[in-house]
Amino acid sequence: MTLLITVFAAAICTAVWYKTDSREEMKLGTLCLIYWGASLMWLVDAVSEFAELKAGYFTPSPADMLNDTFLGLSAAALGLVIWLAVLLIKDPKNVVKNTLFKRKN
Amino acid sequence: MACVLVPMTEAIITTITARVIKSKEEKSVQDLNSTEDTGSMEKIPFSRKLKWLNNMLWGGSGLLVFEHIWHGEIVPWFPFLTAASNAADTAEMLNEMATVGVGMSLLVTAVWLAMVGMTSAMEKKALKEQPPEETA
Repeated sequence: MTLLITVFAAAICTAVWYKTDSREEMKLGTLCLIYWGASLMWLVDAVSEFAELKAGYFTPSPADMLNDTFLGLSAAALGLVIWLAVLLIKDPKNVVKNTLFKRKN
Repeated sequence: MACVLVPMTEAIITTITARVIKSKEEKSVQDLNSTEDTGSMEKIPFSRKLKWLNNMLWGGSGLLVFEHIWHGEIVPWFPFLTAASNAADTAEMLNEMATVGVGMSLLVTAVWLAMVGMTSAMEKKALKEQPPEETA
């Protein structure tokens, strides 16, 4: 479930990155790569778990599934927080600088 | 258990490498600054391509560390990894690092290499299609 949620997040981000014109300003590439990196790593984790559990991998208990769903959503939220931090620190549109120093044009 | 340590180590190495390469590229750009900008298409610098790998490795590792904290495998007190508290668990942890951890690093790097390969091919095609520069 964690892998599935992260893959969906990565795919949605990539579609938005492709469609929007402000991909550089919004640092959308960074968000895409964060989610794709995590998806690839969880894929390896899933393959190793599948090798251990075989068909049992696809029939998790409801409690495990709920826990994994919460984890996936929390991981997706953390990815967004990391991206926001990068965006505000790098501040490509100088929004933070202009707001803090009330720069007048 | 601690499989995330392998991609994290790779991320540290690639980040340092990217910084070194970027400073070298900046130096060579300064040397070429005497020539005027022709307005022609330029190749993506390798340091920028390496940054894609860094972002994937750091981003993935960050979210995986969160998962390990969620599952209680990483704790904020010494030795930080619960599996490092006894020998049997440590052996299992090292085995997981050697299999799953190395697998994670290899897969991310392979995907990055495919991305770099495709980008290079697209760059070559675009440079070929570019009209020859006008001579004054």
